[in-house]
Amino acid sequence: MNGVHDMGGMHGFGPVKPEKNEPPFHSKWEGRCLALNRAMSFAKVWNIDQSRAAIENLPPHLYLEMSYYQRWALRLQNLLVEYGLVVSDEI
Amino acid sequence: MHEHEHHHEQGSELSETQLRVRALETILTEKGYVDPAALDRIVEAYETRIGPHIGARVVAKAWSDAGFKRGLLVDAAKAIAAAGLVKRVGEHLIAVENTERTHNMVVCTLCSCYPWDVLGLPPTWYKSAPYRSRAVIDPRGVLADFGVTLPKDTEIRVWDSTAETRFIVIPMRPAGTEGWSEEKLATLVTRDCMVGTGLPKPAAKVQP
Repeated sequence: MNGVHDMGGMHGFGPVKPEKNEPPFHSKWEGRCLALNRAMSFAKVWNIDQSRAAIENLPPHLYLEMSYYQRWALRLQNLLVEYGLVVSDEI
Repeated sequence: MHEHEHHHEQGSELSETQLRVRALETILTEKGYVDPAALDRIVEAYETRIGPHIGARVVAKAWSDAGFKRGLLVDAAKAIAAAGLVKRVGEHLIAVENTERTHNMVVCTLCSCYPWDVLGLPPTWYKSAPYRSRAVIDPRGVLADFGVTLPKDTEIRVWDSTAETRFIVIPMRPAGTEGWSEEKLATLVTRDCMVGTGLPKPAAKVQP
């Protein structure tokens, strides 16, 4: 899929800004978000390709604006609805 | 998602995600798909046990043990598991060795694939658009962002990771470390030097 995620060679994103002594998570919800995604991947309802596709299919403006774990949270919500584990009213 | 809020209310954007994550945890717990205690253990593993100190031990062993290094360059996952450094490496892992002539650098242009089992979670810069876009067309410029300058005639090879294949860079062993133990060598190995955006610490930086 030739989407906004295919970033190799794109111009205009500016310099890389490494953070000194970066913690594994910048806030608690990031850790919960990662753990939820990992736990649900162990349930094997979807595979890694389907879960990547769910990130790549996010609307391009959201993909660019959201942080990594914000994308993961929305991806998980979308997958749960798509695979019928949760109905969108429940969230 | 309230698009008009994005640029001037970062705080409310974050709390929206916080609420989403909390709602997902609640509903998945109620339905029995996840156990909050298991989530605690996953978070704890990445905060305390799984990190670049594992990769540092791999590199230090490669510097010390020629047989291990040979095996590592053939099948990194197998060699690392056989040496007991990690129980199991989940993905196909390729070790790429820096030499006087070649410097290796790792990126995932499509997302943020990274060798979690040996380096832990990827840092934010690795997942960022600037790194993913520019590593493949301007690796020297990216290295400059990290304060790294290589000799002009050093070739830079950039490896693009995928969901199935991850990479770890084996940097050159720093001068003046003859006779060092693996434990001591490992203290010179930084996360960035195993991604190829840094170099190992010089021997002089470590107390004898």
